[in-house]
Amino acid sequence: MKDPKSYRSNGIGASVKRLEDDRYLRGRGKFVGDIRLPGMLEIAFVRSPLAHANIKNIHKPEGVEESVFICEDLISVSGIKADSGLPGFKSSVQPILASKKVRHVGEPVVACVAKNRAAAEDIADSIHIEFEELPAIHDMKTAMDAGNPLIHESWDKNCFLETNVETNFDEAIISASSIVKRTFQTARQCMAPMEGRAVVAQWDDQLSQLTVHSATQMPHIVRTGLSECLGLEEGKIRVVAPDVGGGFGYKGILLAEEVFAGWLAMKTGRPVRWLEDRREHLTSGANCREHHYEVVGYADSTGQLLAVSCEAIVDSGAYSIYPFSACLEAAQVASILPGPYKMLGYKCKTYSVATNKPPILPYRGVARTGVCFAMELIMDALARDLDMSPKDIRIKNLVKKHEMPFINITNKHFDSGDYCEAVERASTAIDFDKLRVRKQNCNANEKLGFGLSIFCEQGAHGTSVYRGYGIPMVPGFEQSNLRLTPDGGLEVRVGVQSHGQGLETTLAQIASQELSIEESKIKVVHGDTAYTPYSTGTWGSRCIVMAGGAVSAASEVLAKRIKKIAAHLLQASPEEIILKDGKAQGKNNEIAISDIAHAWYRQPHLLPEDVDPRGLEVTEGYKTVRDTGTFSYACHAVIVSVDLELGNVKILDYVVVEDAGTMINPMVVDGQVLGGVAQGVGTALFEEMPFDTAGQPMASTLADYHLPVASDLPPIQIIHMETPSPISRYGQKGIGESGAIGPPAAIANAVNDALAPLGVEINQIPITPSRVLKALSSAKMGLNS
Amino acid sequence: MKPVSFDYSVPENSLAVVEHLKNAQGTAKIVAGNQSLGPMLNLRLVRTNALIDVGLLAEVRKCVVNQDNVFIGAGITHAEIEDGDVQDPTNGWMREAAGNIAYRAVRSRGTIGGSLCHADPAADWLIVLTGLKAFAIVQGLSSNRKLPVENFITGPFTNDLKEDEILMGVEVPKPSATAKWGYWKFMRQVGEFAKASAVIYHDEHKQITRCAIGALGRQPLLLHNPEKIFDGTLTPANAIKESLPDRDFAEMTMHVTAIERALSIARNRSEPGK
Ligand SMILES: Cc1cc2nc3c(=O)[nH]c(=O)nc-3n(C[C@H](O)[C@H](O)[C@H](O)COP(=O)(O)OP(=O)(O)OC[C@H]3O[C@@H](n4cnc5c(N)ncnc54)[C@H](O)[C@@H]3O)c2cc1C
Repeated sequence: MKDPKSYRSNGIGASVKRLEDDRYLRGRGKFVGDIRLPGMLEIAFVRSPLAHANIKNIHKPEGVEESVFICEDLISVSGIKADSGLPGFKSSVQPILASKKVRHVGEPVVACVAKNRAAAEDIADSIHIEFEELPAIHDMKTAMDAGNPLIHESWDKNCFLETNVETNFDEAIISASSIVKRTFQTARQCMAPMEGRAVVAQWDDQLSQLTVHSATQMPHIVRTGLSECLGLEEGKIRVVAPDVGGGFGYKGILLAEEVFAGWLAMKTGRPVRWLEDRREHLTSGANCREHHYEVVGYADSTGQLLAVSCEAIVDSGAYSIYPFSACLEAAQVASILPGPYKMLGYKCKTYSVATNKPPILPYRGVARTGVCFAMELIMDALARDLDMSPKDIRIKNLVKKHEMPFINITNKHFDSGDYCEAVERASTAIDFDKLRVRKQNCNANEKLGFGLSIFCEQGAHGTSVYRGYGIPMVPGFEQSNLRLTPDGGLEVRVGVQSHGQGLETTLAQIASQELSIEESKIKVVHGDTAYTPYSTGTWGSRCIVMAGGAVSAASEVLAKRIKKIAAHLLQASPEEIILKDGKAQGKNNEIAISDIAHAWYRQPHLLPEDVDPRGLEVTEGYKTVRDTGTFSYACHAVIVSVDLELGNVKILDYVVVEDAGTMINPMVVDGQVLGGVAQGVGTALFEEMPFDTAGQPMASTLADYHLPVASDLPPIQIIHMETPSPISRYGQKGIGESGAIGPPAAIANAVNDALAPLGVEINQIPITPSRVLKALSSAKMGLNS
Repeated sequence: MKPVSFDYSVPENSLAVVEHLKNAQGTAKIVAGNQSLGPMLNLRLVRTNALIDVGLLAEVRKCVVNQDNVFIGAGITHAEIEDGDVQDPTNGWMREAAGNIAYRAVRSRGTIGGSLCHADPAADWLIVLTGLKAFAIVQGLSSNRKLPVENFITGPFTNDLKEDEILMGVEVPKPSATAKWGYWKFMRQVGEFAKASAVIYHDEHKQITRCAIGALGRQPLLLHNPEKIFDGTLTPANAIKESLPDRDFAEMTMHVTAIERALSIARNRSEPGK
């Protein structure tokens, strides 16, 4: 690990303004929807209106046969298969177009193609599909019951995978004096990047290549997936992710629509495109976060946590998605539930249940948001039972600074950090005075409450973690390619994709730090399989650690080669040379890096005899010291007011104490945290896609599916701690998902603190006015336990 | 999400509009601000052969101040009312209500007439104009008619217009100087439609008291015995219990609270505009 103290003002640690924002703020980003190709056709899908049904017949009206495609037309195209190697995993195949059966509302059945979208929708309007409706599996709690119709006929019950872990549980609970049992439920949500999914596909005869422009977080994985489904060699496919308007996991997937567009481009020889619209997004894209937990917490009379037991159900939807599979979510539940706490015993059963809903996808934070909600509410329930403060019970049970690195009960290797300090700082920073003053002045129909949550977040975890899941994608070495250009600029090529993370800036900062080339002369090239090394892409809070590490490793090699040439030109020894301010400096003289580039490319006669023939272009691979992941962590503290007459919750004050290890760019870290907290507030208070008993999604516009808006967010105070990770290149830790993890737990704890005097506790999110009012009325009638 | 194809025309005057409507026999639609119709066309929930744009029609873009009332053309936008570009007969009550409809972008285009005709049960003008005892002015091929707003709105998303009629505007009576008014709506988020709303209007001089609640999934409901609600002898909970027998607890609580809060505004803020 490098010493973070040696940083310059414009390299690592500097809040360099994001280079990519120049084009974004001027409206000059180039997204898939901005691509216009001559002769381009547009696709509109006819999607299943039913959640579960057999397809009896598809009528293509006369005259449009050429423009309408069904499953049977897709000769030699395979469906999407994403198996997990975990024992007992049940396999599913997601068809590109449904043929015999539909398994969720919104599943593509027929594709209609025309010169523009409106005309394609006209054709789609004229298609008639005869269905034989089957009972829909809409509730994960009863999905596995015997006698239910099976979503996948060859299975014995509607469940992808069951897991069971138990460690030292029976012994641990012997001395338990406080036992609290709760049921928690999180809602099914729709991730909502501003840009929807989008694909443009085109076959090029000259290159004998299919080019697919896709709004994806993982172009290389999509290429591999397309190759498998289309039966086309990877070398004949190029996937380009141009500017991508947010992802959050929604675009970390191989899409049936992508496969179809690729096939159609080859079939017709014309460019084709599909742009997801908001209705498609909401009706077929509600695909994350839905968990159900039965949790029991055990503590002794001093408040020491003894054990936790949990039965968790994840509503995994109808298919296993590529590449993350249907069980990543539940696997995370089992391994991450214990959070940052020490305990003696643990057991957890999980069920990845299949339902007639869109297949579950990992959303920013993946299972952590639900897990943190469950665990942190159990901690508060124990605190109330033991008459302890939320802060004290946490301080008592958190892993201590001096215990780091710490291996927890599920074998997670916490690399570094001071969790207790985060709780202390958050409790100090939150505006308790405001709380006290408002409490005195608040009227009878208002209650105020304070809530805490703390969690740690494994990020940038690698081979050893993912090989256990055995899914189609296991990350290994991350690579970067660096090329000094003849005029002394630098091209940095990475296989990850930046869609809001600011990697065009932060990766440039790292290269700049190592090579002393100004950020403005560094071009980060990403999102194109033709130009960049293979990578699993952008997910799991991994880029700044993994791609950043790779850029650093490659920079180091490039620096050596630069120094070698410089030494020759300056008549010095390479060891004497340092790189500073864009120059190679010897003891008495210096030469611009651009002159060194000039020598290599344009005046090779000036080079030393034994110059490295690989020149000023370098590809290096990188892994962290151990691949078990960096553990960033955060404590969220919040004050809310609850309107007892309307059930409305307002956030009055919000503090995040965050440890991202060494911050490459603190402003970018702040941005990530703020955006994440906004999404977490959505999860806590607003976002929910209800499904009726027929499996119909009930919110089909943004008037019904409520996203958090600017006026819902209080000013958010962010306090940084900087405990370097011992396993990453500069001590940086993954931070991308963190903000979205803490809010539901902290806000729910605050609401429960406010309502505790009334004997009310809410254990379900989002906390909507009707849920609060219902809980209040049952408490009044003595129904609340 | 693209509409089916349609013709588009901008007629010269209201007569041309009603003639067009008559000839089209239900296959043409008026469009004003397009804030409600546009999304429904895009979702293909509404399909029409022709749009008749009345957004620039002088007759519905005017405002006429009379002795006892003000006529506000159907094509006047929420933003124009909010900004005071047209005279507010209520000295500020309507401006305030206009300023809390949706967000500014929607207010810049959405019209008071479009709002009434669209008749979303949770819309602001429905309940506000009902509370103010306003009238809808309707023009047909051969005749005009004037009817109370509460009769103009006949149900959720339905109004009293015939196939060949256009709403010209609303006539809003001027309250007397001592009148009291409270309008309150519950929205969780800025810009969303109300979850519950209530108005109370008490004009002793003119001997009018009205109390209505909105966002019921039907047109606004004028409550019986508004005087008793205003003077406190009838509690909001009792006032709505009979009229809304089968609503769930949470919903009832919100409506009761809306009335209580509208009442408290009306009692604490007496003259128009204060
Ligand atoms: C995001 C959003 C949030 C909103 N929030 C609110 C809110 O909080 N409160 C609220 O009250 N409203 C809200 N609205 C609705 C908004 O106020 C619209 O402006 C209003 O409902 C319709 O007005 P318009 O002029 O756009 O009508 P249009 O959409 O053009 O037309 C609506 C209907 O009225 C008919 N029509 C229009 N003018 C006439 C006429 N003169 N004669 C006969 N028929 C006519 C049309 O044929 C159509 O059927 C919201 C809208 C949006 C998009």
